[in-house]
Amino acid sequence: MSRLRVAGISKNFGAIRALEGVSFEVEPGQVLGLMGDNGAGKSTLVKIVAGNYRPSSGDLFVDGAKVDYHKPIDAQREGVEVVYQDLALCDNLSAASNVFLGREPRKNFAGFKIIDYAQMRKRSAELFAQLKSETRPCDLVRKMSGGQRQAVAISRTLLANAKIVMMDEPTAAISVRQVSEVLDLIKRLRDQGLSIILISHRMPDVFAVADNIAVLRRGRLVANKPANQSSPEEVTGLITGAIQAA
Amino acid sequence: MMTAIEHAIDQSQHSNLLSRAMNFQAFWVLIAALLACLTLSLVTDTFATERNLFNVARNFAFVAVIAVGMTTVIASGGIDLSVGSTVVLTAMVISVMMYNGNPFWISAIAALSASLLVGFINGVLIAYVGMPPFVVTLGMLSAARSAAMVLSDNKMIWEFGPDHDLLLAIGGGSIFGVPNPLYVLLVLAIVMTVVFKWTRWGQHIFAVGGNEQAAVMTGIPVNRLKVSVYMFSAFTAGIAGILMAGWLGSVTTNLGQAMELTVIAAAVIGGANLAGGEGTPLGAVVGALLIEVIRNSLILLGISSFWQGMFIGCFIIIAVGFDRLRKLKSTD
Repeated sequence: MSRLRVAGISKNFGAIRALEGVSFEVEPGQVLGLMGDNGAGKSTLVKIVAGNYRPSSGDLFVDGAKVDYHKPIDAQREGVEVVYQDLALCDNLSAASNVFLGREPRKNFAGFKIIDYAQMRKRSAELFAQLKSETRPCDLVRKMSGGQRQAVAISRTLLANAKIVMMDEPTAAISVRQVSEVLDLIKRLRDQGLSIILISHRMPDVFAVADNIAVLRRGRLVANKPANQSSPEEVTGLITGAIQAA
Repeated sequence: MMTAIEHAIDQSQHSNLLSRAMNFQAFWVLIAALLACLTLSLVTDTFATERNLFNVARNFAFVAVIAVGMTTVIASGGIDLSVGSTVVLTAMVISVMMYNGNPFWISAIAALSASLLVGFINGVLIAYVGMPPFVVTLGMLSAARSAAMVLSDNKMIWEFGPDHDLLLAIGGGSIFGVPNPLYVLLVLAIVMTVVFKWTRWGQHIFAVGGNEQAAVMTGIPVNRLKVSVYMFSAFTAGIAGILMAGWLGSVTTNLGQAMELTVIAAAVIGGANLAGGEGTPLGAVVGALLIEVIRNSLILLGISSFWQGMFIGCFIIIAVGFDRLRKLKSTD
């Protein structure tokens, strides 16, 4: 049984058809590289799976059960998490506070429920260690490198016990060394049995970690095949339309 | 677990209490206020008198109480221009009710309810209708003062019914030589310092101020939070309004006029960042203290009080300038 099944999803914005009959599946412990040019419908698809938009038609299944979200929080309850390109972190808060944002653990203190900072620090240090990142829980996110910010954002999804993680351009705008760091992070998530949808323009990064590659062009899925049976040249052709479908 | 290098970095970043304090704008503002106090005690023989210090302590408490509420709004990335009008509305509600023979507590609860209603309307229009805080609270600045005028028929009220003496004692009296409003301020500032740091509500305010979109995506109830923040700000204005009614012994409809500017100035001088995500209750208190000390010193030194605005304006700009400087240094 697949972890996520997208079945015939279409989305219209007025007269504009952003997605048309998109179907694919992702298994547990699998990385799907989702590629396509700007405006091909990648971010619309992500937003539908994440619960930001509702599809005009088509269905979503998580672990074989049909899901129908109204809000992002509904998707989060099903174990779907998104790591956004701009990372959605609060620069003015610490790494630990960002990891736990919205789900801060609390303890009793003289009859009041107060935030348990000690536990937040301990748990986020464990998560950073699990990701082999040098991020320190008490540092402000404002002072962090791109790779460390990724680690914070990814730790959020680990904390949530996510089943499906969608990553939007995680390797854009960071240094070469940090790219390999992030790719290692993705492999560790995969090894823990998470399903990952990696949205990226960077061909080498996608081929480095993806098991399957799906290509969107003008709202249609023109390819969905194992990465080892494809090539960067073929994918480029599919993205631009030089190759119709594969 | 901690490696040597991490330890070294930690050491250099948090070497001691003094260097940590120096990172807070409130620390420098406090130094400035203390220096001003010291200078005034030396050059005038009127500053360091019990009477004058009592007055300074009481006068700044009103602004500081609202500045704590304002800091909360500013930390969440908003602004509340309606606090001065909320002050006069609550003062008018309590005085009209007491004038008509109602006891203090019932009138006070009604007055605070009126202030909470003002905050609720502000919050709903800002959070749920999505209007800019500046516009909504500017409208409320006009509307709330107008409501106070309608309520009192624009007359001065100086008789407060059976509990007349109680109201005057609460706002104008003192316990152990310390003016009552200062106790209110102390409790409020301490409670809010704890709340900001140790409750989800407090932390989520800073999250919304830091990156509202991120807060929404993590499932924080941002809209409800915003409504509560504006209600809290109006509530502090309501507390100040009741205390001021008792202190002055009479209420007119020009009470609290232009007070929002002093309050915002106090919050900003105390380190609240108008872009959101930063601010402390302690900073608000210290900022209000500095403003009051300046005001007081101008009077004592025989300088025209027309200069007050010039000084406060300069301090706001200097405070923001210092903040820029610190940011530049930390990004090196």
